[in-house]
Amino acid sequence: MKITIKLFATFRQDRFKVEDRDVAPGTTVADVLKSLDIDEAEVGTLFVRGRHVEPDRVLEDGEALAVFPLVGGG
Amino acid sequence: MDKIFRIDMTNLTVAIEPVPEAWKGLGGRALTSTIVAAEVPPTCHALGPNNELVFAPGLLSGTAASNAGRFSCGAKSPLTGGIKECSAGGSSSRILARLGIKAVILQGQPKGDGWYSIVVRKDGAEIVPESETLGMGNFAVVDAVAKRHGEDFGVISLGPAGEHLMAISDISVKDPDGRIRSFGRGGLGAVMGSKKVKFIAVDPEGTANLPIADPVKFKEANKAFTKTLNDHPVSGQGLKKYGTAVLVNIINEAGGLPTKNFTTGQCDHHDAISGEQMYDNIVARGGEPTHGCSVGCQIQCSQIYHDEKGEFVTSGFEYETIWALGADALIKDLDIIAEIDREMDDIGVDSIETPVMFAVAMEAGILPWGDGKRLLEMLREDIAKGTPLGRLLGAGTGNLGRAYGLTRIPVVKNQAIPAYDPRAIKGIGVTYATTTMGADHTAGYAIATNVLNVGGKVDPLSNDGQVDLSRNLQIATAAIDSTGLCLFIAFPALDIPLCLTSVVDMLNARYGLALTGDDVVALGKHVLKVEHEFNLAAGLGPETDRLPEFFELEPLAPHQVKWDMNPKELERFWSF
Repeated sequence: MKITIKLFATFRQDRFKVEDRDVAPGTTVADVLKSLDIDEAEVGTLFVRGRHVEPDRVLEDGEALAVFPLVGGG
Repeated sequence: MDKIFRIDMTNLTVAIEPVPEAWKGLGGRALTSTIVAAEVPPTCHALGPNNELVFAPGLLSGTAASNAGRFSCGAKSPLTGGIKECSAGGSSSRILARLGIKAVILQGQPKGDGWYSIVVRKDGAEIVPESETLGMGNFAVVDAVAKRHGEDFGVISLGPAGEHLMAISDISVKDPDGRIRSFGRGGLGAVMGSKKVKFIAVDPEGTANLPIADPVKFKEANKAFTKTLNDHPVSGQGLKKYGTAVLVNIINEAGGLPTKNFTTGQCDHHDAISGEQMYDNIVARGGEPTHGCSVGCQIQCSQIYHDEKGEFVTSGFEYETIWALGADALIKDLDIIAEIDREMDDIGVDSIETPVMFAVAMEAGILPWGDGKRLLEMLREDIAKGTPLGRLLGAGTGNLGRAYGLTRIPVVKNQAIPAYDPRAIKGIGVTYATTTMGADHTAGYAIATNVLNVGGKVDPLSNDGQVDLSRNLQIATAAIDSTGLCLFIAFPALDIPLCLTSVVDMLNARYGLALTGDDVVALGKHVLKVEHEFNLAAGLGPETDRLPEFFELEPLAPHQVKWDMNPKELERFWSF
């Protein structure tokens, strides 16, 4: 199935901004993080369809995953 | 800090008073709000002789504590009609504290048309007739004061908007690099203008180390505190690299980025106005992505932004400003946004109120959507010059919306709503509605927990737990605002307990006290109650603790959510 991965802030370093990927059905967010070599401990927020998700979320065909490190501001 | 400077602009006299017992444990917001509540009649006209403008460094300002360079400015706000406290960085807080000055109170009002400037020194102050700098933008005032008095003097000044007494006008503070920081919200520029003070110069001659009751404990506590700032990813790395603009993409992703005057929650061109884009531009053009606004700042969230020719455009280029111009007013070009940011610093207007007002102006048809060039023109030709159009715009978002018969007017207590849509981020909606400050995001930054996973997780799309969250944050914020510490310590404070316990340790070591965390919470509660009482007496009753009706009627894309918090829930806020 097809998913889109969007990376932000420091996670773009040595990786990419946006990428479409073919993944096996049943792929979880955690699987994607692992494939990107992103340590779950460094993750601040994960979004699918604009809602917070946890690493155990199973992704569906056509979904986009947004991955942010811990960020803040005002 | 053992002196109160009372500057009477009616009689043009200066009195130096000892600190009353009741004020000794107060600083920053606790002190400005206490003084305003005690001395300003809540029903006075905010631009009349009975309002006061109070400047106060925080309880830890002037020490070696990291990030203690903030100070507070308070008055009755001509925009909200209630009590106002603003916080700013820059160099003056540290100088005032190290001169032993606990507060500077401007009171009264000159009778004639003449303007003044004030020089504050260790043992007194001079009120001097002022004409050279009248009409100047803040950058020119900073230069004029440097020439007249010296580069190392602190400068607190008005731009032309403050001279015109506009409700969108702010007060500017020179930072150690000569850049501008702001007491931004609520029209405090107009209060200073109503007392006909163009600038206050602060003479650093005679500054000395402050007495520390237990210097060894202070140093230990500061070391522990500073480590928490550096250890937390937000304060230690994220803000240094991207500044606050890093939020554009995440708030957009969450569907809470108010776009086109709060009509939708995501912006198509979010990438072009993001912190990541800003960082790339800065690096490519020889700017500086990391910059502190005051001595001792570890977090360094500010930056120096250059144009394509590699020349300075602006600093302190904030998420709020970029959101308001880029998403709310639909300006796509980050360089034009930077130019506008600089102009707002120079003219001396709030960079939240002003662009939110302009988005309402766009909806009203006064200028085209996304037309940054026209906006810049109106800032320079109308607002700065005080034309009738400029004065209409300069009266703020609420006033302009009402003048055009609009219903989509994003204000609470007449102050413009900042960069988070309350329909998609319920926690900040509670803060906007209930804080004594009018729509204010810093007063209780529920974004941290609703969106950013700092300090826990509360679902932004649910009403559950939001009132308690906002209340706790508002109480803690009122306390931090009293210390002179930058509010961005809240990020490590929410995740690392040692951060706040170290702050308490520093307070105790500085003053020889035995405060506990509970005492600090009690201080925060007390400040909020003092402010709330003032507001009630000023005519800001419980019916003003709410969001504009359109949030209840218009669903916000992409989540198609409305504001549906039970008003009874909001009423619970003040039950403490």
